[in-house]
Amino acid sequence: MADYTLKLRRFDPESGQAAYWQSFDVDLGPERSVLDGILKARATEDGSIAIRCSCQAAICGSCAVRINGKSALACNTKLGEASANGVDEDGAIVVEPMGNMPVLKDLIVDMDAVHWKKIQRVTPWLLPEGDPPEREYIVPAEAMIDVTQAMACIQCGACVSACLSMEVDPEFIGPAALAKAYRFVADPRDGAAEERLRDLAEDPHGIYDCTHCFACIEACPKDVAPMDQIMRLRRRATSDYEIKDQNAGYGHEQAFVRIVEKWGTLHEGQMPVRSFGQGSMVRGQTDPSAVGKLLDSAETGVNTMRKVGPRRFFLHHKLPDQKQVKRIFKEIESKDERIELNMYIVGHAEEPGVAEEIEPRDVTLGAPAEGGTDS
Amino acid sequence: MPAYDVLVIGAGLAGQRAALAADEAGATVGILSKVHPVRSHSNAAQGGINAALDPEDSWESHAFDTVKGSDYLGDQDAIEIMCREAPQELLDLEHEGVTFHRDETGHLGTRAFGGASAARTYYVADITGQAILHVLYEQLMKHDEVERHEEWFVTSLLRGDDGAIAGAVVRNIRDGAMDLFAAKTVILASGGNGQVYNPTTNALICTGDGIAQAYRIGAPLMDMEMVQYHPTTLAGNGLLITEGARGEGAHLYNAAGERFMERYAPNKMELASRDVVSRAEQTEINEGRGFPDGTVALDITVVDKKRIHEALREIVNVGRDFAGVDITKEPIHIKPGNHYTMGGVKTDTDGRTEIEGLYAAGEVACVSVHGGNRLGANSLLDTLIFGRRSGAHAAARARGVEMPAPARASLDDERALIDAIVGRERTGRRVSEIKAELGETMDSKVAVFREQASLEQALAKVKDLKEEAKEVAIDDRGSVFNQDALGALELVYMLDNAECIVAAAIERKESRGAQFRTDFPERDDEQWLKHITVSADDEGAPRIGYSEVTMTQWEPQERKY
Repeated sequence: MADYTLKLRRFDPESGQAAYWQSFDVDLGPERSVLDGILKARATEDGSIAIRCSCQAAICGSCAVRINGKSALACNTKLGEASANGVDEDGAIVVEPMGNMPVLKDLIVDMDAVHWKKIQRVTPWLLPEGDPPEREYIVPAEAMIDVTQAMACIQCGACVSACLSMEVDPEFIGPAALAKAYRFVADPRDGAAEERLRDLAEDPHGIYDCTHCFACIEACPKDVAPMDQIMRLRRRATSDYEIKDQNAGYGHEQAFVRIVEKWGTLHEGQMPVRSFGQGSMVRGQTDPSAVGKLLDSAETGVNTMRKVGPRRFFLHHKLPDQKQVKRIFKEIESKDERIELNMYIVGHAEEPGVAEEIEPRDVTLGAPAEGGTDS
Repeated sequence: MPAYDVLVIGAGLAGQRAALAADEAGATVGILSKVHPVRSHSNAAQGGINAALDPEDSWESHAFDTVKGSDYLGDQDAIEIMCREAPQELLDLEHEGVTFHRDETGHLGTRAFGGASAARTYYVADITGQAILHVLYEQLMKHDEVERHEEWFVTSLLRGDDGAIAGAVVRNIRDGAMDLFAAKTVILASGGNGQVYNPTTNALICTGDGIAQAYRIGAPLMDMEMVQYHPTTLAGNGLLITEGARGEGAHLYNAAGERFMERYAPNKMELASRDVVSRAEQTEINEGRGFPDGTVALDITVVDKKRIHEALREIVNVGRDFAGVDITKEPIHIKPGNHYTMGGVKTDTDGRTEIEGLYAAGEVACVSVHGGNRLGANSLLDTLIFGRRSGAHAAARARGVEMPAPARASLDDERALIDAIVGRERTGRRVSEIKAELGETMDSKVAVFREQASLEQALAKVKDLKEEAKEVAIDDRGSVFNQDALGALELVYMLDNAECIVAAAIERKESRGAQFRTDFPERDDEQWLKHITVSADDEGAPRIGYSEVTMTQWEPQERKY
């Protein structure tokens, strides 16, 4: 048995008082969960501690909180690990309600106001084309396995809590809802993939609002890897439907890919011109709307120039073995089919025995390594 | 006062399915749940859902397996309906978007499950319940004319002067506000009572509220003694390892490395029905052939690794996160653990209870399709089939009746009761302490093996705890999310459930299905091929009754696997 101190952020909306910290010592083994600790404190010291919880097995998604600043389920975070991974100066495990959502009481937040509102935003139900078949829809096994990764989401909100983009833009549709959107877009039974993608690409708070920070992947207790699903939405929007959105998301991605193809590394000076020109420098320099957008982002351009220096901003060097980069591009772009791998197919990255069974074909350029997101 | 044609209480699979069916039939529908619907315990159903969809299979075969699994206590008319309607229900779910596993031809694929003569379990990895629950919730979001009351709690059901259901007294957990809901019909879909036991695979919310609430207003309960112990739960915390693991080929070993099921079920081995496997394990453990921690071993390493990752992913996580075991590399220690209640509020095949206008579906109900022992992957089916049938029937009934006007006084009474709990002087023990003692009592005395003396001790203990619960101590004096007060109400419901379970277990002096009496080790069809019912008498104490088992085409036989 080891003693752990849990420092809980308490808030009683009826007291008229601000939130405060309260510590509880719990005598439990290191293999027990933070939720076990909280429930023990509630059972033996203070029955008024409020936390949503039910299954205690990381299935119901009730008990997401922030533990030492990290969003996670309290029921599958062990006391021993929480204690090893950064306690506060008093040696306590710090437990707070989730971020990006209003607190209702103690560790309970208003998920309706944020999380569920965003889920509603993505038309979260199947929109099949025409009448259903007499029997089941015949669809590829891989397609079902693929969307099952997004279906593994338990709507706990940990990714929403951890999302840095949402902190800056509260209107961002966010990782959970976009992962849910992928579940429909990638479902062969859904008849509205293009409309859904267009909607999510054109929304200034949609798929291009994600900054690729990986916080949601790290926070997700079910390996849903929401950011990967957002990237998949982008790939489908651009590669499958060539949706040229008003947010220049398409152009930005095309610009990025073509610049790397040409120079091997990022040419900062070329980025804005090509991004607003839907990936084309010529269009970027001649299209009036692109010029307007370029002017709007002039400040960013000036800052970038300051950062990288005028020489690199205007004159970018090529990688010494740029031919190799070109060869990779050729190899990948010669594939007819985009291979989407997910955790149900590849298992764990640290499982060589499993990974070896998969052909070493990679996903489209720009995709993060998948299946290695087990945190 | 909100008023509905159909008020559904509970929003797991049965509740959501009932609400959607009633909505489709044109009724005004309210659905109320003490947790957000996707937190419901239907989530925990990992393995799959049975349906004889394959043309090579037949609903009769599914029905016979279910009858045999029930140890002939299941009502065969209800079982026939469930198995006949299963394929269409499965296809409806598929059409609504459930991502069921496909075979290499793109058709629905199956896995094997316990007690079944064909591989007829359809599944989504090992998150089948979750996948279906979330898809039904998608449909509920789509049909937003159904009014959702999420994080609301029913404190009591109300009957009108004519004896029919009139509505419910409800409390909004978020702010403590209380209200009356009038309803022409009420469908209970509030789940099982696993929390009466400790450990249990059941979530903290499974406190048997609906069973107790129906019992209190006069609805008879049935088959309450039939409590399923699942063969593979983790020692200590009671977490579930899906039967799908054995369906995929995993073996059971005792500490001597013997595959002991050879001695108990030479044909079906690990895939005998759950009562049989649990008893075999408990016998090994009791006779000293288990591990020192009171367990036997489940060896999943014999299953292909890629298949484990594809089909048993959640179990990999549970093993790693909750037992520190990599199940792809080493066996995991398991034991039988409380999992499911076959019993519940007695209903007919349309979900009707014996109170006019009150319906029940899912684990809260007892139709009875599971009889003495439920087959794996039949519970999801039960929730959906009888959820839908209840919803449709309730909507039809509502068309012919006036909206009742539940008495305002009941709201005042309930409010006073809760105020008294919240304002009570702290003298007694906390909810958690009384609950822990209840759970320990039930798990030690009313579990896999039972006998008269310990059952009587359990009954006496439950009665003592009931007295004590009247003075349970509360710390939270507030209105917003007062989970402490909620726990006090749930505790009282749990104790009602426990009392009925023990009373029925004492009554059944034979061994059948999940009820194994060491003092009456044989099945006795002469005397006990009948349901035991429990109703509240005038003092609120359990009164035993009986109900015939409906037989259609299968005569009782000796049960061998």
